[in-house]
Amino acid sequence: MLKHFNVIIIGAGPSGLSAAIRAAEHDVSYLLLEATQAVASTIRSYQRGKLVMAEPRGLPLRSPLPFTASLRETVLENWEKSISEHKINVRYDAKVVAISRLKNKLEIELADGDKLTANHVVLAIGVQGNLRRLEIPGGDLPQVQYQLDDPEAYQNETIVVVGGGDSGVENALALTNRNQVIILNRAEDFSNLKESNLSQLMESRQKGAVDWLLETKPQSIEKNTKGEFPITLFANTPKGVERIPCHRIIARLGALPSRPLLESFGIAFPTADLGALPLLSTSYESNVPGLYIIGALAGYPLIKQGINQGYEVIEYILGNDVEPADTALLREKFSNFCTDRGVDDVLYKIQKNVPILAMLNTLQLRELVLESNILLSEPSDIIFKRNDYSTTFFSIIEGELDVLIDEDNVPDATLKAGDFFGELALVSGRRRPGTVRARTKCVIIETPRRVMQKLIGSVQAMRRMLNQVAIKSVVQVCIGLSLSEEDLNDVATHATLKSYNAGEDLFHEGDEADGLYLIQSGSVTVSRMIGGREVVLFYVAAGNYVGEMSLVSGEPRYATVRAAVATEAVLIKADRMRDIIARNPEIRSALDARYLNHLQEQEKRKQLESASDGSGAFTSQSTQSNLISFLIQQGVGEATDVLLIDESLCIRCNHCEQACADTHGGATRLDRDTGPIFANIRVPTSCRHCEHPHCMKDCPPDAIHRAPHGEVYIDDSCIGCGNCQQNCPYDVIQMAVIQDQPERSLWQMLLGIQPESLPTTNSAKVAVKCDMCKDITDGPVCVRACPVGAALRVNPEGLLGYASGTSGEVALLSSDEI
Amino acid sequence: MQRSNIFDYKNYRYFKLAVIVILIAFVAYLLFEPAVGHYGGSWLGYGLGTISALMVLWMAWYGVRKRRYRGSGATQGWLSAHIYLGTALTIMVTLHSGFHFGLNIHTLAYAILLIVVISGFFGNYTYMIYPRQMTENMGEDNLDGLLLRIAEADKLARQIALLMPDHINNAVARACGETSIGIGLLEQLRGFQPNCPSAIAVQQLSVMDNTLSTEQRKLYRDLYSIMVRRESLVKRARQDLMYRARLGFWLYFHVPFTIALLVAMLAHVIAIFAYW
Repeated sequence: MLKHFNVIIIGAGPSGLSAAIRAAEHDVSYLLLEATQAVASTIRSYQRGKLVMAEPRGLPLRSPLPFTASLRETVLENWEKSISEHKINVRYDAKVVAISRLKNKLEIELADGDKLTANHVVLAIGVQGNLRRLEIPGGDLPQVQYQLDDPEAYQNETIVVVGGGDSGVENALALTNRNQVIILNRAEDFSNLKESNLSQLMESRQKGAVDWLLETKPQSIEKNTKGEFPITLFANTPKGVERIPCHRIIARLGALPSRPLLESFGIAFPTADLGALPLLSTSYESNVPGLYIIGALAGYPLIKQGINQGYEVIEYILGNDVEPADTALLREKFSNFCTDRGVDDVLYKIQKNVPILAMLNTLQLRELVLESNILLSEPSDIIFKRNDYSTTFFSIIEGELDVLIDEDNVPDATLKAGDFFGELALVSGRRRPGTVRARTKCVIIETPRRVMQKLIGSVQAMRRMLNQVAIKSVVQVCIGLSLSEEDLNDVATHATLKSYNAGEDLFHEGDEADGLYLIQSGSVTVSRMIGGREVVLFYVAAGNYVGEMSLVSGEPRYATVRAAVATEAVLIKADRMRDIIARNPEIRSALDARYLNHLQEQEKRKQLESASDGSGAFTSQSTQSNLISFLIQQGVGEATDVLLIDESLCIRCNHCEQACADTHGGATRLDRDTGPIFANIRVPTSCRHCEHPHCMKDCPPDAIHRAPHGEVYIDDSCIGCGNCQQNCPYDVIQMAVIQDQPERSLWQMLLGIQPESLPTTNSAKVAVKCDMCKDITDGPVCVRACPVGAALRVNPEGLLGYASGTSGEVALLSSDEI
Repeated sequence: MQRSNIFDYKNYRYFKLAVIVILIAFVAYLLFEPAVGHYGGSWLGYGLGTISALMVLWMAWYGVRKRRYRGSGATQGWLSAHIYLGTALTIMVTLHSGFHFGLNIHTLAYAILLIVVISGFFGNYTYMIYPRQMTENMGEDNLDGLLLRIAEADKLARQIALLMPDHINNAVARACGETSIGIGLLEQLRGFQPNCPSAIAVQQLSVMDNTLSTEQRKLYRDLYSIMVRRESLVKRARQDLMYRARLGFWLYFHVPFTIALLVAMLAHVIAIFAYW
């Protein structure tokens, strides 16, 4: 048997397979080693029917190994086909225990003692290869398993899932419907979970479908000779040892860190941090000559990246120079801009011109540019308008632009090359506070919010810079059009950004005034104790400020301000604010006017609230402020437009649902019958078009968008993965087959006869949700179809006036009149 | 919460319109009296008759309009107008008749129209009072949820009852097996079942059997509370069905009589021209 190869590839995952196939195509002598008995063990450990994503979408696949986003089974089947087609030289059950550098080759020692040598070794073992096992007595019983292949295979069993991480919880949730599931979590809570998993877990627990034990470790497992349960798990809980008889144990304990193993191969790391990535050259070669690292182990966790690297590494080993896979795409992006230069040159120019993009490494910049649009605007082109509902972020490469914040057509600020804008809508998720118009010819990069969020999350310096500028913008939008540039900078540098969870107080009635709070994102309620009860007075949305009353009067806080949803506010300290007020009469008069206005309103409210006890006025008023609190609790605070149903008018005719279904492919997007009620107002299960839509967080084809008027909608590119359905905290997204509805005849309409439904087509289910009938003239059909006017749509700004009955005709259909 | 409902829609727009229509009709009726007295065949009678007939057709069109979801405009205004102009219609046709009634097709059409309008009034009444009561009865629950909980209570009660003496087991089995919730229109409209087995069972169980063992007594308390809960669930479900039935029942008159009215009106018009 051959013992020496030109290339040995370790790990038959996507990267390793890709490298092996490329090597086979080049007819190099190679060997693929796999520690388990099959290829792609990580993907194999996914649950049956799981959709495997092909991110980043823009990146082309250059390897002969086929891969597109599809079901786990399809992916595996295609790869197995490729392996047999290319007659891949693979050795299974070959676990590598040591790699050492000999004189001019590398020697690999396998677990069975066999030794192999190679000129080049490609390490593509990923980070999942070494699964942690239960090192307790009985941990090797056949009822203990370390992966869950098909959750449907188990019925009516009692199953213990050990591990409170994402994989454990996902397994547990998949099993809940048909089995009794108990999760053992070593930690005291589930704080490490993805948000969608956490909310699903809480929901299941409320339904009684799953149970868990915290701060609990398994101690031993015993086999039962009789009784219903084949095994018993003894678990160490804070209250002592507990016996859990069960059918099955699924242990998801994560993987062992690969760093010690790599270090034993002689590979160097830049820092002592366990999560640090190994030092690699641009051709993926480590500090050990001839030893290459690709895929997740090298810090590229996405399958497609790994596959491309498998191809590239073989080319590099053979001495061929290949350009990165995305270069062609970038060239296309730059096709109408700087065509005389090479891609790298243009990227360099961008980094040189725009300081905020200079903070990114080349890989991140390439990704950003790939996902962005390059806008070439002519003078007086409008980039976006005030009150638009877009959330993209702009960086200026060349040219100058004007910012118009108020109604007059006079520019309030100028932006130059190297500046960026749009950061306020990016952080607050609200309408654009101003209009931006090109003054000269410009070259601008427009980046989607999703990409920016990802970068802000990973590049500290970028986050700091954006925050600083966002503070400045917020000051300018809220109070400071008349502030000089110096004052503005001075305020911005001394202001602090504070975050609050929903329900947390910004300040409390009676406190000493500490300063002015500018709401950057989220929203707050202002409430006072009146007649022994807490009464909500105002609802203040992002882009406004609170706390000016005490600042003007010098008295203690007049009211309590509480975050209605997760909120970020910029605090300007009281003394600094007083200083500014003293020097800027305009700000002083603006604050004074607002102060008097508030006083007047409060006085009115107070009179109403404390009007003769027990009289109708009193009860109706207290209902009103309670109604506001109720709606805020229902998450209306983060909504931009919410459907309410007045149950005292609703005649249960269901025309709202039928109208929705009829105009939206047969699936109604609202559920009139469910949802909490307070004072005859129901918040039905229907989309509220959140400021920061939870559904948008994790949409692989990026199919969820926000229209300029604020409607959050799903376009035709939906692949039906269901992520948005899971991410929505309000359960308003469902999976349904969309098909055109037959037109009803006159008789059918007159007598209310249902037309014969068309035979259901076999098309795939997609995610559907309310799109606020954005494509239908005259607006939402649910509201228009209601014969008695019980269905209405409100935005939170109009909520208070609405709830207190002061505005008779509520914004029934409008979404753009604030 | 003050909002516009179908009556005060757009500040009573259609109420005002209806009043104006009636006033004009009355004024015309008083001002222009034909020599032979008022009757349907005078030019004023033809005028009122034509307007009334067009109004009837327009009223009937509402049935189509409210289900034409793909059209434009809001249904609420249509309903408001439907109600006020429909009411005005009774006066229009009365004036049109010139108070001549008899046993003929013309008076039949008139009578049917009155039935349609009166059933509509009843509908209005139900729309005004039942929605609020329905919400009070159901809270945040819905009917499916209640029925599910009743089924669960049934299952649990039957299981416990198996460990009880026969007469208790029988009472529970009868309650679970023979309780009907809204079977048939009559029971739905009535909202209760005469001699409801669930109520009887609760009554019977209210007196604890002395022969029960200590173990059974503990279970008995559980059983009793399940049965009490079950009874109130049953009552609420029946109430909900009752409200639904009453909200919809009047339409069984309103719509068929509308069709009858259209036919009778056609006959009325043809008869007029045939005898002319």
